[in-house]
This record gives sequence, structure tokens and C-alpha cells, in this order.
Amino acid sequence: MFSIILARLKQRHRTIKYPRQPPVLPERFRGLPVIDQSRFGGTLAACAGVCPVGALAERGGEVTIDLGRCLFCGECEKACPAGAIRFSRDPQLASRDRQSLIVGAKEPELKAALDERSRKLFGRSLKLRQVCAGGCNACEADCNVLNTVVFDLGRFGIQFVASPRHADGVLITGPVTKNMELALRKTYDAVPEPRVVIAVGACAINGGPYVDHAETCNGAGAVVPVDVYIPGCPPHPITILDGLLRALGKVEDRAKSA
Amino acid sequence: MTAILKWTSVRNGVAVARRDVPELDGATFRVSISEAVEDGTRVAALFGHIPEGEAGADLYAVLAFREQGQLRVARTRVVGDSFPSLTPECPQVHLFEREIAEQFGLRPEGHPWLKPVRFVKSIRPGHDAWGRTGPDAPLVGVMDYYRVEGDEVHEVAVGPVHAGIIEPGHFRFQCHGEQVFHLEISLGYQHRGVERAVTGGPDKRTIHYMETLSGDTTIGHATAYCQAVEALSGCAAPARAQVLRGIALELERLANHTGDLGALAGDVGFLPTASYCGRLRGDFLNMTAILCGNRFGRGLVRPGGVDCDVTAEGVAELLKRLESTMADVANAVNLLWDSPSVMSRFEETGKLSLETCREIGLVGPAARACGAEFDVRQDFPTGMFRFAQIPVSTGVSGDVFERAYIRWLEIQRSGDFIREQLQMPVGGPVKGEVKPMAPDSLVVSLMEGWRGAICHVALTGRDGRFARYKIVDPSFHNWMGLAMALRNQQISDFPLCNKSFNLSYCGHDL
Repeated sequence: MFSIILARLKQRHRTIKYPRQPPVLPERFRGLPVIDQSRFGGTLAACAGVCPVGALAERGGEVTIDLGRCLFCGECEKACPAGAIRFSRDPQLASRDRQSLIVGAKEPELKAALDERSRKLFGRSLKLRQVCAGGCNACEADCNVLNTVVFDLGRFGIQFVASPRHADGVLITGPVTKNMELALRKTYDAVPEPRVVIAVGACAINGGPYVDHAETCNGAGAVVPVDVYIPGCPPHPITILDGLLRALGKVEDRAKSA
Repeated sequence: MTAILKWTSVRNGVAVARRDVPELDGATFRVSISEAVEDGTRVAALFGHIPEGEAGADLYAVLAFREQGQLRVARTRVVGDSFPSLTPECPQVHLFEREIAEQFGLRPEGHPWLKPVRFVKSIRPGHDAWGRTGPDAPLVGVMDYYRVEGDEVHEVAVGPVHAGIIEPGHFRFQCHGEQVFHLEISLGYQHRGVERAVTGGPDKRTIHYMETLSGDTTIGHATAYCQAVEALSGCAAPARAQVLRGIALELERLANHTGDLGALAGDVGFLPTASYCGRLRGDFLNMTAILCGNRFGRGLVRPGGVDCDVTAEGVAELLKRLESTMADVANAVNLLWDSPSVMSRFEETGKLSLETCREIGLVGPAARACGAEFDVRQDFPTGMFRFAQIPVSTGVSGDVFERAYIRWLEIQRSGDFIREQLQMPVGGPVKGEVKPMAPDSLVVSLMEGWRGAICHVALTGRDGRFARYKIVDPSFHNWMGLAMALRNQQISDFPLCNKSFNLSYCGHDL
């Protein structure tokens, strides 16, 4: 008993101060990409070819990266002309709108907030049923980690629950394999309305590395309507937490990271 | 024992020409496998391949002779739609044979438990081991389950969607009151078609398949793959890259073992260790992120070496964090062994004997907890493990306690290894040039992932591309271990037993 109390003292208080203070991220963390259009000079074709999932492309006359496809592997940063693409350390990537995940010349707007009615209903208490549908367990692990003392998700009124009947929404990871399609649909149907759907990770948004595999559905959107997209492979726990808080309107502007 | 001498001897991560892999007749092939397994050898892989431009199908087997540090490979040709099953004499091939049946429509005659593995169609149209016809793909989870009948016997079905944030799978318990007579595990929900997609490669997506085969084993699978590519292209990853790969692999083990000890504590309601280890697991992941920016090691291991070098400041930071994190882990984990309420739940729960472990071919900490001294880092070392040996930790009792305690022993050994590697930095480049892969070759690449032996077998075709790429995740061997461990246990001990193995669904389903 005594040793348990001593251990408690030794292990200290570990909960981070986010969102009141900026998160601490690793030096080499790859977050929001910043694109300098002027540095391409007609060489996009060469460097777009290195992207394993076709996230880098010319759209509407400018070079863009689709964060919904991006694996954040950084291959394009190395292959493109110096400084043309740079992965910043900004972990704030979530959006409500699939289109605004496409990053071009200007910084994307952070439009993750749900409509007013949903914010009013779920803003102080959001219960989510997590469904892994072909996820590699990295996205799942970084959702799980939000329950640890470091992130302490419960303090925001957000909780993962065991039954869809107890949930306000589903949080989906994985490209949605054909073998999980029915189970996902049934879980979604079991959640009482109104309900939110959050797609976490490149797989759930667009199929990730498994895009266009006959064995998958290219993400959650093909099976259920998605309300919030949280990009990454896997997204950093801060990115997921930020996305959830943003959806509930608890974080609005773009904070700079430490 | 002479039949085995006909097999080609290969080394871990060294390519051989495919023509040097002998074709044996079915009887010799089977006899040599069952004799070797009787002597304590493990079947590392057994898989099918449609030979290019020829009739029939080949079965390849890779046997791991631990004491000799030797791998042996041979193949046999199957003509027709069936072959005699080896499972009755050699149970550890049971799932391999089921996989061959499903993928190629080749029926292992006499297999006592012939059921689908991932619920996919055979790659030979019109050939189905179960005679299923029709355009629809087989429905996942629909099969004949083992059933116990009798008064007061009931069935509990769980999944594919589980209560926690975990991967999907279906579990059926045959129970008498609280007591589990039998647990049947039916998977396949996570099938993403990795092996099919890698065939014909490598291409720019291949490494990402490897890194997401099983997210918590990113380094393990990526290194096994890179080792195979390097062997086939005659490229040696530089020494500094090998050191960094070794460090990353052990960090992966530290993160997962620590997380699992926390989760085990949570499953018996012992919250102090559960909360501390949850945080400490993340601290190890963040150390991996110092190396490459990603907590799971995405983007680190690449054919030819590693993609990110570590700076002197990075080394100093890693050493500093290693010291404080290891001290906190010791503090958190040792509470378990001193708490009678924890020990009474851990001890004698989910017990496996060494005999069962050998019979079903368990790997990793689950096998070492039964006393089996099998560890790729010691038996078939590659990379840094050729120069820096990690002592193998084994246990006796094969219960939840032992599977937990082995993790704790391995945490300490891995910590020592990382410290030693960081303190003796090897200079030089971190990436070598990767040339085209040799045509018509075969390579076996083994790695000791945190769950156990990872086995990748690559066959190249005439064009020097993958004609077949076989992946065996340690979970493939160990799921049966979980089913066996549940026999005669209370059903309420399932979460605890499950966590003591913590197997990968996607690694199994591919």
C-alpha cells in the first residue's frame, strides 16, 4: 500500500495543458504542408510521381496536396525543388469539409466545427463508439492514448463507449474493408439520431495506402456520411484531440505550436 | 532424418537462386517436415505459389532449425485440387494449410479443422476448397463453428465490433456456466489484400504496405521487408543504419510491452500501473519520433538503410529520456509483482504447457513464457544483433503471469541494448544504394518483432520483380495459443488472457 502511494508521488502529474498552451511536438514532426508555388517552375510532374497515393497534384492551376490522401511520408519534400514543399510542425489538420483538406497556395481554413445544433447537443458531452474497419491499429492506438493521463479526454466531456446505443456518434478508422462494411453500417444504424461521424486517418478518409484495392471501400465516406475528417497516417494524438475539440467548437483559431 | 538433407540450407536475409530450391515428391516433403518438427524444429512458413507458365501449384516450406542457426527450404508440386494434409501429424501447420486451401482452392485432405481464414475467393477461378460456387464472395464469419451440445451448455458470441478501441474479430465461446469449454476465433475482417498488392512490385506503395501491415509493428515488418530487398539486390545497409534499425526495433518492443503491462493491470482493476504505463508507452513512442518524426517509426526504415540520421543532440536527448523513462517503468511495473490482488489474478490463469506451445508452434514472449527458448535475435541474428546479443528471457509456468513477467524481463534487456547502442555510436552513412533485384531468386527474412518471429519470404520472377511475397506475422501462429489458453477458464478471464497475448488482427488478415 505504502509503495503504491510512493509510486504515485514519483510518477507526478502528467496531463498536458493543451489547448490552453501549445503542444510540444518532436523536432522532426510532419504536420501541415506548406507549398511555395513559385519554386516549382514546371517540374511538378517529376516530383508528383513520388507520391505513393496521388495526394500531390496540380488542381486549378496550382500545386496542391490532398491531406485526406496524404500519408505524411515526406517523399515529396525530398523530391521536389528545394523549399517548394515543406512539412511544418503544425498539427491542426481537421476539417468538416472534404474539399478544404486540399492545401494549395493559401493556408487552409480550419472548418471543423459542427453545426450549431450539434454543438449545443454534444458540446458538453460527446460519447463515441469507435469502429476499426481495416485500420492497422496505429490510428486506434492514438485514439486509445487520448484516454491516458497525458491527454485525459474525459476532462472535455468526450468519452469512448462500448455500445453504439450509448453513443452520439462513431469514430471510424481504417479503409473500411469489404469484410467490415456490413458491421460498420450496422453499428452506425444502431447509434440514435442525431449522430456524428468522424473519420480518423488517411485510410478512413480516402483508403490510405489501400486506396483502390478491391478488398476495401476507399474509406468511411462510401458507407456512411462523414461529418469530420482528421488527416494523418496515423494522426498525432494532438491532431485527433484538436479535431474533436474543434468539432465541438472548443478550439477555434489556429494556435502556434511550441 | 535423411530426407531433410535434400532441403536447401539458407541463411536469414541471404538470397538463393530459385533453381537451387529442390522440388521433392509429396511424401518426402511431408515426412521431412513432420520429422523435423518432432525434433523441435519450427515451421516458419508454408505457402502456395502458382509457378509462372506451368501447370499445378507449388507448396514451399521454410523450416527454422534453431540449434544450427539454419533455415531449410524445399518445395513440392501439387497436381490436381487436393493434397494429403500434414496437420494430423503436425498440428502447427494447421493454419498454413487452411490458408493454402482458401487462397488456391487446394484441399488438404484429412485436415481436421478445415475452415476459411480470411473469407476471400481463391486466386484460381473455379477452384474452391469448399466447392462454393456463385459470383458472390464468401460472407465473412459464415462457417461451421465448433459446437458443444448438452444441458446447460450455452454459446457466447462476441464481435466483430468489440467494446474497446481494438480491431475487429469474431469470438465464440462454448460455455458451461462461467467455464469455457472451447473458444473459436474467426478472423478475416481486416483483410486489405496486402500480399496480392505486393506481387509484381516493389513500387512506391510497397514500403507503406509494410509499415501498415500491423501498425504497432511498423519497424519490425518494414525491416523484414528491407532486409529481403537488400538481399535480393546485393546491397548491404551500412553499419550506422543497422544500429538505428536495432534501436528502433527495441523501442517498438519497449512501447508495446510497457503498454501491455499497463493494459493487463487495467484488466484486473489495478489502476496505478494502468495509468502510469499508459503514459510511459507514449514516452517510448515519442523517442521513436525523435528519430523520424513519427511515433510509430513511419518513414524511418527504407531499403538500403534508414531515411533519417540521428544528430549528436538527438542521441543525448534519447539517452536522457531513456534513463528517466526506464526508471519510471520499473517503478510502475514492480507494483504489479508486489500486489497480491494482481498476482492472484495473473497466476494460474490462461496456462499453456510447453508441449502445447511446441505442438501449435507458438512464437515470441508467449512461447518463451512456456519455456521455449526461441528468439530470432539469438537464433538467426541479422543486422546489429550479430554483434550485440540480447539475452533470451524464458519462463516456466506459461500463464498470464509468466507472459507478463517475460515482457518485464524483455523491457530491461531492450533498455540495456538501446543504451549500449546509443553510447557507442557508429559513424558513416545511413543509406546504401539499392540496385535492381536479382531475377529468379528466393529470400527468407526473419525478424524478432515484439510479438515474436516475423517471417517474410520473397520469390522474384524472371523480371526481377516479386512473383510471390509471403508474409507471416507472429499473430498467425499465436491466435490458436489464445484459444487453447482459454480452455477451462472463466469467461470473465478472457480480456486478461487476450491482453496477455495482444495479437494483431490486421497482421493475421493481411
